[in-house]
Amino acid sequence: MALSDVKVLGSWPSPFVLRPRIALHLKSVNYEYIEENLLESKSELLLKSNPVFKKVPVLLHGDKPICESLIIVQYIDEVWSSGPSILPSDPYERANSRFWAAYIDEKWFPALRGVLAAESEDAKKAAIAQVEEGLVLLEEAFGKLSQGKPFFGGDQIGYLDIALGSFLVWLKVIEKISEMKLLTEAKTRCLLEWAHRFSSHVAVKDVMPEADKLAEFGVKLRAKILKARAIPK
Amino acid sequence: MAEIHVIISSCDRNVGITTALRRKPVLVNFTSKLEQTMADEDEVKLFGMWASPYSRRVELALKLKGIPYEYVEEDLSSKSCLLLKYNPVHQKIPVLVHYGKPIAESLVILEYIDETWTNNPILPQDPYDRAMARFWAKFIDEKLLMTTRKASVASGKEKEQAIEEITEQLKLLESELQGKEYFSGPSIGYLDIVASVLVFWFGNLQEALGVDMFTKEKFPIIFGWIGKVVEIDAVEVCRIPKEKHLEYIRTRLEAFKSASK
Repeated sequence: MALSDVKVLGSWPSPFVLRPRIALHLKSVNYEYIEENLLESKSELLLKSNPVFKKVPVLLHGDKPICESLIIVQYIDEVWSSGPSILPSDPYERANSRFWAAYIDEKWFPALRGVLAAESEDAKKAAIAQVEEGLVLLEEAFGKLSQGKPFFGGDQIGYLDIALGSFLVWLKVIEKISEMKLLTEAKTRCLLEWAHRFSSHVAVKDVMPEADKLAEFGVKLRAKILKARAIPK
Repeated sequence: MAEIHVIISSCDRNVGITTALRRKPVLVNFTSKLEQTMADEDEVKLFGMWASPYSRRVELALKLKGIPYEYVEEDLSSKSCLLLKYNPVHQKIPVLVHYGKPIAESLVILEYIDETWTNNPILPQDPYDRAMARFWAKFIDEKLLMTTRKASVASGKEKEQAIEEITEQLKLLESELQGKEYFSGPSIGYLDIVASVLVFWFGNLQEALGVDMFTKEKFPIIFGWIGKVVEIDAVEVCRIPKEKHLEYIRTRLEAFKSASK
């Protein structure tokens, strides 16, 4: 009954929403997906389930809401423990996965968003440089953590694959905006190959948004951000 | 440890037992060398800074678990080569080094500590409770402490707004303590350790800024929690010396103001 009800409150353009969806697919857990429209006002259900941040994704497990995408992924891993593990079992490897996932969210993603929301060419260039720098660091991390295997998590998709992989379509949109390749053969060959493998994985491919549709959304989002900045406080 | 006498082919520090007998075998009192090697390998080092609440929370976790460690005080104006080597990405403290392997980011370190030394668990067992603890820890770091930083360097209306935001955030956090001894329930745990920033650091910052919003009258439940938490030995040992801290904050604020001119 209630405890087997699993719902994800999300929004199709959000990279953060992809994370719990991929995790649930990896664990073969059925769930109901409820779409929120990010460009319009937030639903009652969202405001009630996540009163603190008022953001998607939210996982509703029975009557319990769990918020923040990486916290949700860890919750999924711990509750459905009989499925394939998402976090590694070794504490040091877990720490590495968490460290790099935190880096992606706290340093790299703001730079990616910075390209979209840049008001000047200079700001755009600076943000692009930060995105590229981050990708080089992540390429190095991939080398160390994958240990020659196809994913950050080894043979299977893991926590860090999900953390970074959820941004791949947005990365394509940013490449379009910046008119340059950010994942390249020259500097990030392993990540480039990993990106193909991740995007075509059975637990991933059906939830990733289409690049053209996301690019269109990106234009609207950029307009919304710039308009909000222009409003005098 | 019982004494062990073994035949080894090397008197090297990193001894190994080998059947290759190219060199003349040497009988050695193996004990002290083995103990030394094991002590080094077990070594826990914490690179920290006395005024940093992020550093103090890691110390608190180590002390609550009874884990011996070597503390290395970093001068943040002149970071050591070792710190830069162990945390090249952020170049920040705290960094925990265990078996020579570095772990950075205080919340990541806390989970590593809990998973490696499983006595006195600091995170709850139930996945939902764990998710809640992680959520509020994130709230403290990404909302409360970020807004606090903003308030510290802002002035006029911006400062007032930031202080209002902090008040709302503290109210939200306080609601988590309702009906509980500690954030983690009947005993101190992960979320209390993360929230320990409120115990010494927060009040000192307020005093240095000449602000008076974090009071017993406004936040009776939080102050009740503080009263309980300071009774714990490990917490008292992690107390940030007040006068030294006030002077440190004032110096940093002056430096920030001069740099922004």
